[in-house]
Amino acid sequence: MLGKLDWSAIPFDQPIPLVAGAMVLVAILGVLTWVVVKGHLPYLWSEWITSVDHKRIGVMYILLASVMLLRGGSDAIMMRIQQAVAYQSQGYLPPEHYNQIFSAHGTIMIFFVAMPFVIGLMNLVVPLQLGVRDVAFPTLNSVGFWLTATGALLVNVSLVVGEFARTGWLAFPPLSELSYSPGVGVDYYAWSLQISGVGTLVAGINLVTTVLKLRTKGMNYLRMPMFCWTTLASNLLIVAAFPILTATLAMLLLDRYLGFHFFTNEAGGNVMMFMNLIWAWGHPEVYILVLPAFGVFSEVVSTFSGKALFGYRSMVLATMAICVISFMVWLHHFFTMGAGPDVNAIFGIASMIIAVPTGVKIYNWLFTMYGGRIRFATPMLWSVGFMVTFIIGGLTGVLVAVPPADFMLHNSMFLVAHFHNVIIGGVLFGAFAGFEYWFPKAFGFRLDERWGKAAFWFTFLGFYVTFMPLYIAGMLGMTRRMQHYDVAAWRPWMIVAAVGMAVLTIGVICQIMQLVISIRNREALRDRTGDPWDGRSLEWATSSPPPVFNFAFNPDVRGEDAYWEMKAHARQQSFEHEELEYQDIEMPRNSPTGFVCAFFAAIMGFALIWHIWWMVILGGIGAFATFVVFAWRDHDEYVIPAEEVARIDRINIEERRSLVSMAGAV
Amino acid sequence: MNLLDPQGPVAAANSTILVDSIFIMLVIVVPTIIAILGFAFWFRASNPRARFQPQFVYSGRVEMVVWAIPALTVILLGGVAWIGSHQLDPAAPVPGTGSPVRIQAVSLDWKWLFIYPDQRIATVNTLTVPAGAELNFQLTSSSVMNTFFIPQLGSMIYTMNGMVTKLNLRADNEGKLQGLSAHFSGDGFPDMMFDVNVISPLAFPEWVANTAKTDAVLNADSYKKLMQQGIEKGRPVYRLDDPRLFDLIATQHIPPGPGPELASEAGRSHSGGHDAR
Repeated sequence: MLGKLDWSAIPFDQPIPLVAGAMVLVAILGVLTWVVVKGHLPYLWSEWITSVDHKRIGVMYILLASVMLLRGGSDAIMMRIQQAVAYQSQGYLPPEHYNQIFSAHGTIMIFFVAMPFVIGLMNLVVPLQLGVRDVAFPTLNSVGFWLTATGALLVNVSLVVGEFARTGWLAFPPLSELSYSPGVGVDYYAWSLQISGVGTLVAGINLVTTVLKLRTKGMNYLRMPMFCWTTLASNLLIVAAFPILTATLAMLLLDRYLGFHFFTNEAGGNVMMFMNLIWAWGHPEVYILVLPAFGVFSEVVSTFSGKALFGYRSMVLATMAICVISFMVWLHHFFTMGAGPDVNAIFGIASMIIAVPTGVKIYNWLFTMYGGRIRFATPMLWSVGFMVTFIIGGLTGVLVAVPPADFMLHNSMFLVAHFHNVIIGGVLFGAFAGFEYWFPKAFGFRLDERWGKAAFWFTFLGFYVTFMPLYIAGMLGMTRRMQHYDVAAWRPWMIVAAVGMAVLTIGVICQIMQLVISIRNREALRDRTGDPWDGRSLEWATSSPPPVFNFAFNPDVRGEDAYWEMKAHARQQSFEHEELEYQDIEMPRNSPTGFVCAFFAAIMGFALIWHIWWMVILGGIGAFATFVVFAWRDHDEYVIPAEEVARIDRINIEERRSLVSMAGAV
Repeated sequence: MNLLDPQGPVAAANSTILVDSIFIMLVIVVPTIIAILGFAFWFRASNPRARFQPQFVYSGRVEMVVWAIPALTVILLGGVAWIGSHQLDPAAPVPGTGSPVRIQAVSLDWKWLFIYPDQRIATVNTLTVPAGAELNFQLTSSSVMNTFFIPQLGSMIYTMNGMVTKLNLRADNEGKLQGLSAHFSGDGFPDMMFDVNVISPLAFPEWVANTAKTDAVLNADSYKKLMQQGIEKGRPVYRLDDPRLFDLIATQHIPPGPGPELASEAGRSHSGGHDAR
């Protein structure tokens, strides 16, 4: 009846996951009770859960990422403590638990923190920057989000029901095959990623279509803000790379469920094939994450320097070059497989070539600052911190692209330090910069600067104290994923890294405090202009938060930095302009399709993991039925009447005008 | 296990390339970081002496320089990578004094088996080699992937079941080194560290003769016992019964290791160890 599921799946003998799981469960139930008792459920349902508004979905993506960041961060803290204490002893985590933690940490941080964070930012901002009212496929957008959330849910369920993979975040066979990992851990891993992978693919298709097909009047490709370009590049990579991941995991699942032999030791299976396929997705994935971050930095550096982006066309070229080359370098993840000198050297050099457009980007940001008037608001601090940190990560990255150097550093703590250097210093700093920068747009009030700056400095310093020791440990021969060790020389660096982790944790706490304090002081921090940073692109042309239709009139773009030109234009011509003719606006209706579909996907995923076949069929039929109902819908849009549009827009114009006249009086 | 304290020519060449590459890159990275901090500081909004140049958004000369700097660096490093990859190919010979020693390494769950086919002996978790001689490694795995790595001798390489990888090394100085597996392979992975004893070429035949006196014999049967999942704290040595044992493993005539389900006594005593923790 329940397949492999029975009481032994609950780890009663392991207090840590059980207590953590119980705490999470209590927190979720507490929030749910509060929501129901206070009567917020109808609001949540109609304004958020079923919303197809790209801004709301973007916010929900970022919320998901933030919550999962806390989960992945807890894993990181546990690992750093384990390695600090497990010198000539077993530490406090037995191997079967420690191995789950580092596998979960990697999986969560990449798939459920970094991905939703950047996709959330793109969702929130790109339609606004393009001057349009929504993304290309609003309901599909909601489906994508909820499927991602389903994946995250399944990973967290594994904490208390069963176990997570103990194979590392890429689950290399043959270790991840049934004979060496008979438990449900790898199944949790694979099904979570299959389900959220569909969500990511859907989001990718949606954003590519949005950028290619929905641009406002006059928004040529070479007038798009840099963030839109990096969004395009990143999502092209998603569309091209994620099917590879899905196919690879499908083959692994066929091995595990139906006795196939794609990657087994026996019957002609080939583990090297898995390595190639997973990295053919895995390397583009790195650029899927970091390109949107590059976009954020381009926007932030230009805005806070009070200058247009230096070398815009060069930046576009660099972005697209990275997009193409990132598909041609995957083999550098396994130089040590013995492929031969020609192959290794060619992929090594190809990997270095990516450093050229990346270096160009750094220099262009540098020259954007040159001759600027730089305001060091929190987003700008994150950007300068990024530039310095990312260069160091780039240096060590090019270093491991040199095959003979990689022969010493592959899989070592040096490598661990390198990819944290680029993912924290690049993606996470970018996500935080974007969060600080666009928060006022999403919610209508700015974030507290003092707590924001404290969060930056603690995270920045914490990063160096945590990861520089890992570089050194790598140079001392320490390899990754060690549950314990007996080498005295490694010990001091592990202790320093644990101290750094504490500093990083303070940074995260500051970030949470910033949010709490800012919400409490939101009236004082209110942004009534819609343009709190003196911005340059179209998202700042509408109110904060924007009305559901974003723009009462589709903006007419006449050059790069569209809104900057409008502002300059308006200053010359004074604010008196002709009476506007408002028109009805059609907007997509809310739809529970995404939520319901994800609900059935969650049931199906759980049932597949535990071999509960009747439930698999139930979930499958449910998900398909949801899709059929959606496909046969009659009304998918509603009309906002012209008077309503006029009323909302006039309030916005009035506010802006009064602010301008106040400024004039002073 | 310091990578910058190499004990053989391969590691010495690896670490030279490593250090050289770092310095080549530092030549442009350090000035760039200084420029970032300098520009950011000088052009701060509160500095009245900084000239505001909002129109400075394109310069062909600057563009040429910023594309050229990383490109030139990469051309230089690319040359290093190309030459280095060929000279330091793991399979390339590493000439030494005396006759080369053939060693066949098998990664087991979770220990290392070193077979000396010419000497007809085998050791577990300890590798004894003569200083100065070329060491020809052939490597495979009994079950999951691992990586064979002696940091101070250089160049790691994967071990995979059903396949043979090749690696040539040389240890120049007598002494004790440590090796490890550099690819995660399951619960016993951290205990896959092994000793490397580099002894004088004169003492090596003596060591071989002493080792060959052991009663323990390595053949297909005892190998199957050895490949059960478990941690080996001791340093067992064997007389090698059949010098083709490695080929039988690598060609899967001896089937791959069983994994946890079939792991019998060894596995159970291992999991019994957990309770004590």
